[in-house]
Amino acid sequence: MTPPKPSNARALAGIGRSLSRILAIFMKEMVQMRRDRITFSVMVAVPILQLTLFGFAINTDPRHLATAVLLKDEGPLTRSILSGLRQSSYFDIIAQARSEAEGEAMLRSGRISYLIVVPENFERDFVRGERPEILIAADASDPVAASGPVSAVREVALRALAADFERLPATLRPDPSPVNVVVHRQYNPAGITAYNIVPGLLGVILTMTLIMVTSIALTREIEHGTIEALLSTPVRPLEMMIGKTTPYIIVGVIQTLVVVTASVVIFRIPFEGDVIIFAFAIVVFIMTNLILGYLISTAARTQMQAMQMTFFVFLPSILLSGFMFPFRAMPEWARAIGECLPITHFLRMVREVTLKGAGAADIVGDLWPLLVIMSVLATIAVMRFRRTLD
Amino acid sequence: MAEELVIDVKGLTKKFGGKTVVDHFDLAVPKGLIYGFLGPNGSGKTTTIRMVCGLLKPDEGSGACLGFDVIRESAAIKERVGYMTQKFSLYEDLSIRENLEFIARLYSLDDRKRRVAAALADLGLEARATQLAGKLSGGWKQRLALAACMIHEPRLLLLDEPTAGVDPKARRDFWDTIRHYARQGVTTLVSTHYMDEAVQCDRIAYIAYGRKLLDAPTREIPARIGLQGFEIVADDLEEPARRLKDAAGVDVIARFGAAIHACGRDEVALEAAVRPLAAIPGAKLTPIRPGLEEAFIYLMNEARDNFE
Ligand SMILES: Nc1ncnc2c1ncn2[C@@H]1O[C@H](COP(=O)(O)OP(=O)(O)OP(=O)(O)O)[C@@H](O)[C@H]1O
Ligand SMILES: [Mg+2]
Repeated sequence: MTPPKPSNARALAGIGRSLSRILAIFMKEMVQMRRDRITFSVMVAVPILQLTLFGFAINTDPRHLATAVLLKDEGPLTRSILSGLRQSSYFDIIAQARSEAEGEAMLRSGRISYLIVVPENFERDFVRGERPEILIAADASDPVAASGPVSAVREVALRALAADFERLPATLRPDPSPVNVVVHRQYNPAGITAYNIVPGLLGVILTMTLIMVTSIALTREIEHGTIEALLSTPVRPLEMMIGKTTPYIIVGVIQTLVVVTASVVIFRIPFEGDVIIFAFAIVVFIMTNLILGYLISTAARTQMQAMQMTFFVFLPSILLSGFMFPFRAMPEWARAIGECLPITHFLRMVREVTLKGAGAADIVGDLWPLLVIMSVLATIAVMRFRRTLD
Repeated sequence: MAEELVIDVKGLTKKFGGKTVVDHFDLAVPKGLIYGFLGPNGSGKTTTIRMVCGLLKPDEGSGACLGFDVIRESAAIKERVGYMTQKFSLYEDLSIRENLEFIARLYSLDDRKRRVAAALADLGLEARATQLAGKLSGGWKQRLALAACMIHEPRLLLLDEPTAGVDPKARRDFWDTIRHYARQGVTTLVSTHYMDEAVQCDRIAYIAYGRKLLDAPTREIPARIGLQGFEIVADDLEEPARRLKDAAGVDVIARFGAAIHACGRDEVALEAAVRPLAAIPGAKLTPIRPGLEEAFIYLMNEARDNFE
């Protein structure tokens, strides 16, 4: 039996040396990333290109949306709101529903995209300063963010009521807003909407750029001949992988921030979810992509080969992940492939988190497959890494 | 054991796609020696060095480097060897300092800052430390690479044509450094094509077509080959060169400056071939003692006859 102390000390020293080697590669990659124009432009250009491209497809300033109103209260205020809505270019009031059921039937049939409901006792509640609600039911399969119409209705209501408002004694004026506009129902929330396009876009951007930058991590060393000096040092395969991929986590995080900001500011996608859980899911996804790219670079001999291989990942990632076509509508074999793609699980998690405000428990079902994919890829990559020049 | 062997490999063989590039190569390098590794282009020097430091797996053969098995313990070897590659293999898009820091971190050196500073000072590159390595001239790249492979103070240096493209002054400095290390017990295996460097080695292994043709102390090599020679000058050197070509008894014809050296192992046959040249206008024949270069040319010619 050897005394435990010296062996512990040796193990610690070993870890220290290992960390030093990881740090060496990490810092070197950071410097090279900063100086390499091509890598840098891939990281910047792809998100901008994608956002612009899909930005055109998403109508962010919708006008003349087919709308029906359902007035459950009659009175001067209600009439003011109705005429206000008629005058706004936002909505085309094409019908007046007589009942809830009729309005919803119109929504389902696709004749209208919005149903605006003025509830019972609206006038009375308004005068009492109880901030009555105006309800909106939206067909979410129409690629329009709901926040636009909501604010439009609020504005119309405020303007329409302004005159009546003035007549009220100051003490009775409701504060801060006399009415409450709420979206109380949506249809087809899983359909192709801006809601889904933008999180999907985030997934596609991260997949494309991150796999591309790490897929040449080793081939670049081979083509420049630097691999020979690198392999003649004590660096180990796992250290190499960690050192070469982690710098790009930062890139992925920055890209995420850009896309999320654009979604919230330009596309008005609501962000319902828990930021911490969202961040965690993102980081796991980023790491999986980086490791996948690194695995490609252990197999490719040239940068050209690496690029070709990355396209074998991009195509299914776009076609079979549920980004382009609804996942449930795909044939079984396609779904089986889709389940193996990191982006499939990412899309589900992000939709859950951003749109439905899902918590940690709701995304576990897609988090563990992602973690499994990541571990399998990492293991293969470390085993495939050639320690010699053979 | 009489002397400690830093490299002790036997029967190293490497094939690339059916072609045997290194063929049953034995090498025994004692501690503290400067071991020269010579041979024509493509003879397998680089391949052999790579096998010794664990960068290539030999197809056959075995042995030890610094006491570690070259096949199973390459990780331990890599930690203790300084290998300078033939082709520049540092990062051109990193600065001189960044390259040195990178290597120092890879070897987990405790006093990294000091060693990098010392290396920069030795090179005289402190003022240009932030310059990109890719912007250096060829000779300066070599010097940087050499500094990088010595930064962890290895016990064994494997230098693959370290002075290719380096100016004479820097080459002399380089050899002073190597000899300084050798006195401290550092062993060096250095490949070169320069004769003025070969003579500075304690011992030389000569390789051609993947086979070792000679392995001897540098001083003994000319005597071992046993060449006799004549120096020939003439108004037109083409004339004697043409007449000596294919002449019996002449094993080596080589130009040295404004003269031709004609050498052979058979003194009588050589004289018989060379004497008639005295009739050429302006011709002058002087007996000489052939040196290393003639010896290697002789070896190369022999090898060509044997292998082709
Ligand atoms: N990775 C490889 N794959 C295929 N052939 C190789 C490889 N490396 C070397 N060779 C071949 O092996 C032979 C020996 O090459 P090596 O580089 O060892 O020679 P060398 O003695 O170092 O030559 P030089 O003086 O030109 O540097 C050459 O014919 C070369 O083409
Ligand atoms: Mg070589």
